[in-house]
Order: sequence, then C-alpha cells, then structure tokens
Amino acid sequence: MSQPKLLLNHQQLQLIVKRLTLQLLENHSDFSQTAIVALQPRGLAFATKIIKSLSELAPEIACKYGELDHTFFRDDVGRGDILIPKPSNIQFSTENLRIVLIDDVLYTGRSIRASIDALMRFGRPSQIELMVLVNRKFQRELPIDPNYIGTSIDSRNTGGYVRVDWAQDDEKVWLLNEK
Amino acid sequence: MSTENNFDHLLGIKGLSQSQIQTIFETADNFKSLLNSPVKKTPALRDTTIANLFFENSTRTRVSFELAEKRLGADVVNFSSSSSSVKKGETLIDTVNNILSMKVDMVVMRHPAPGACLFLAKHVNAQIVNAGDGTHEHPTQALLDAYSIREKFGEVAGKKVVIVGDILHSRVALSNIYCLQTLGAEVMVCGPVTLIPKNIEKLGIKVSHNLNQALQWCDVANMLRIQLERQDQRYFPSLKEYSKLYGLSQDRLDHLNKEICIMHPGPINRGVEITSDIADSNHSIILQQVENGVAIRMAVLFLLAQNNR
Repeated sequence: MSQPKLLLNHQQLQLIVKRLTLQLLENHSDFSQTAIVALQPRGLAFATKIIKSLSELAPEIACKYGELDHTFFRDDVGRGDILIPKPSNIQFSTENLRIVLIDDVLYTGRSIRASIDALMRFGRPSQIELMVLVNRKFQRELPIDPNYIGTSIDSRNTGGYVRVDWAQDDEKVWLLNEK
Repeated sequence: MSTENNFDHLLGIKGLSQSQIQTIFETADNFKSLLNSPVKKTPALRDTTIANLFFENSTRTRVSFELAEKRLGADVVNFSSSSSSVKKGETLIDTVNNILSMKVDMVVMRHPAPGACLFLAKHVNAQIVNAGDGTHEHPTQALLDAYSIREKFGEVAGKKVVIVGDILHSRVALSNIYCLQTLGAEVMVCGPVTLIPKNIEKLGIKVSHNLNQALQWCDVANMLRIQLERQDQRYFPSLKEYSKLYGLSQDRLDHLNKEICIMHPGPINRGVEITSDIADSNHSIILQQVENGVAIRMAVLFLLAQNNR
C-alpha cells in the first residue's frame, strides 16, 4: 500500500471551516428559519467544527441542530457489509425550515439521496442545502451537487479513499489508495 | 443467527451472543424512533418477500410481524393452516417449498411442534424466523420483553426477574430465561410444582413456589397465561385455586414494601393470572411490550435481510 497523501493540513482545514461558516452566515442571516443536520456517522465531527465556528463568529445566533442516520433508507441493504444503524436525533419539526445537511465526503451521492429521504419524515423543509468538506468530483451516480464545498478533488485521478482525521487541534485530510 | 453481527436465521435465543442481542436492541432503538415519527415506513426491504406461516393461532405476534414487514417495505404473504392444503395432508417441507418456489426470501413461522423451525432451516433454502415453536422457544417475544425491561430500567444486567405461571408449557419462559441470563439479569421461575419442569434450576435460575416471596425478591414480574390448550391432564385443582395462589392482585402488591414492574406476554386471562386493575395500572408495561414488539421485529428482519443475497 502506497503512502497516504496529505490533502488538507490543520491550517487549511481551519480556514475552510471559517470560510464555510461565513458563507452560511451570508446566506442564512439570523438562522431563525435554519437548522443544521449532521449526517451519521462521519458528518458529526465536521458539523461540530462548523457549529463552534458559528458560535465564535456570531455568538448571538442559536441555531437548531440535529443528527440524522440514513441506514434504513439506503439502496444497498444486503448488497455488502452488514449495516448497523446509528441514532437519529432531531428534536424539532423540519416543516418549513431551511436545512443544511453536513457530511465530510461527497462521492457517489447515494448516501445523500438516502439522507434526504430519511429527513423528510421529520416534516417538509422549505429547502435542503448540502455542505461537504471534500467533494470527490466526476464519479457521481446521482444528480446531486453540494452548495458549500471545502475542497474539490478529481476522483478519476486520485482514486482510492479520503480519510478525515479529527484529532484535537491537529485535523488533517488524507488521500489513500485503499481503505 | 450465527456469528457476530452475521444473522442467518432466528431460530431461538439460545446461541445468540450478548453482542448480537445488543445489536438487535440498538437497531430497534432506531426503528422505535422511526415508528414515533410522522412517516413510519422505510423502503429498506422493498425487494424482499416474506411469508408468514402460522400453523397455530396468533393475534399479537402475527399482526406485529405483518406490521413490521410492511413498515420495512417488504412484500408480505400470509398463510394459516386452517385454510390451507395442510388440511389435505401436505407435509411441512412440501408446503414451504411450494411457497418458496413463488420467490419468497424469508419465512416467519409459528408451529405447534418444538424444533419445527430448526427442521425447516435445515431443509429449505430460505431464512427462517421462529415466531414460536410449540413449547420450545419464542425468541422475538423474549427480545421484546428484555428490550422493555431495558427501556424501563436503563439496563437489564443486575435486574431480578421472576417469571410466574405455566413454565412447563411456555416457550416464552424458556426464551426469556436464555435472553435475560445472556444480558446479565437474575431469573427466578415461580408456579405450582406441577407446572415447573424438573431440573429447571440446572439452567442457573432460582425456583420458588411461593408468589409472595418471589415478588419480594424481584424487580420485574412477568406473568404467564395458563396454557390450557397444551395441557393434556389436570395440573392443579381449579383455576380459582390457581388464581388464589399465583394470581397477581392489588392486595398482593400492597403487601410489598416496594414497587415492581409488571409484564405479560398476552393474551391475558383477566382474573386468573392477573387482575384487571393491575393489568391496567401504571405498574404494568404490557402495552409498551406490544409497542416494542414491532420495533424489535423490524430490527430482526432488517438484520436478517442483509444476509439474504
């Protein structure tokens, strides 16, 4: 197995989190009609960074926050690994809210499709947006495009996998050839 | 179900590991939250067909399985022996193979013969879920009972559970004993000498013939029905006498110096093993058990379905 290649270092990641938070503030102003929903399991750490950054840049804002698991809505049940669900925790109705879904890596788009289906059972949002840290372009299997992007890579050339390390004060994103 | 997180069949609780039971519970937690949201259906098993074969009467279990299957998006066919070719002399394997040739993936079966589900699992090419086989096991009932205790107390380990009544003819009792012990609970059975199997204490459980003492010991009392349909002889003088000695009443609970949680797998014979006021009181979690049954069965079917291709 070849060496992992560093895609984003700690400083770059911090800058990305700040930039994405500012973009959110620009589009959602006071967040009164907005909720952030992190996707289980790997979107939670990234969403936590965004929420922390939001509280530093705009401490007056109290944004609704939830966590969503899409296991029961996946289209590959029984086609690979055994899927064990994680808890969903959304303690509010999503009716007429603007939802920002947050995940770490966007690849085929199938998880996002399942997540949108899973989210709909909590109400009918007025809008759903998608924020991802790494957008692996050109290998999408569904017509899904993110609204907020940390960084984009061409998966045809990089191949392999993206691994995000959320170690305290030393977050990094790696490109790997194998899982 | 066999190795860690690898679920082939659910034939009984015996053989399930603590980790497998916890996986079922964690999956059921998520299904329970789904069942309490406005849209209760998922498409997870949309390309799975399940046959419910009931060779014995059932209300709760059959409806609960059918609801679980439909909420998972599966196609469902129902079969009951009273209106089938079994009456014309067809064997179990022939009946099931005929149903499977119509491209059915999973079979949920209740049968009066102990071991019928194991027999079927060995001879037909489908995943089998035991919905009760004679006096042997009723695994999903035990799972939902333990799940309800976990929901009430936070955990099952360390809890003292007494199972009261017709232990001899009860598949619920045996599955409950295996499940509760695997999860670290202490188990006692209580009933007349004639309705407690000989040597049952070798399973590592306590035995009592005195309900008052048993209730004083326990945190949870699971009251079982007298299974008159399985009794080929008289095991006690009269239902009235049984009720007096082993029936749960307000008077009996008043004499305890603590509160206990009351369970019943249904159907209830009100006035025999439990009085109406206790069955409907806030000590009873009987209806929560029924509610949890759907989530537990959804979890079992969901985990099994992932092994069916």
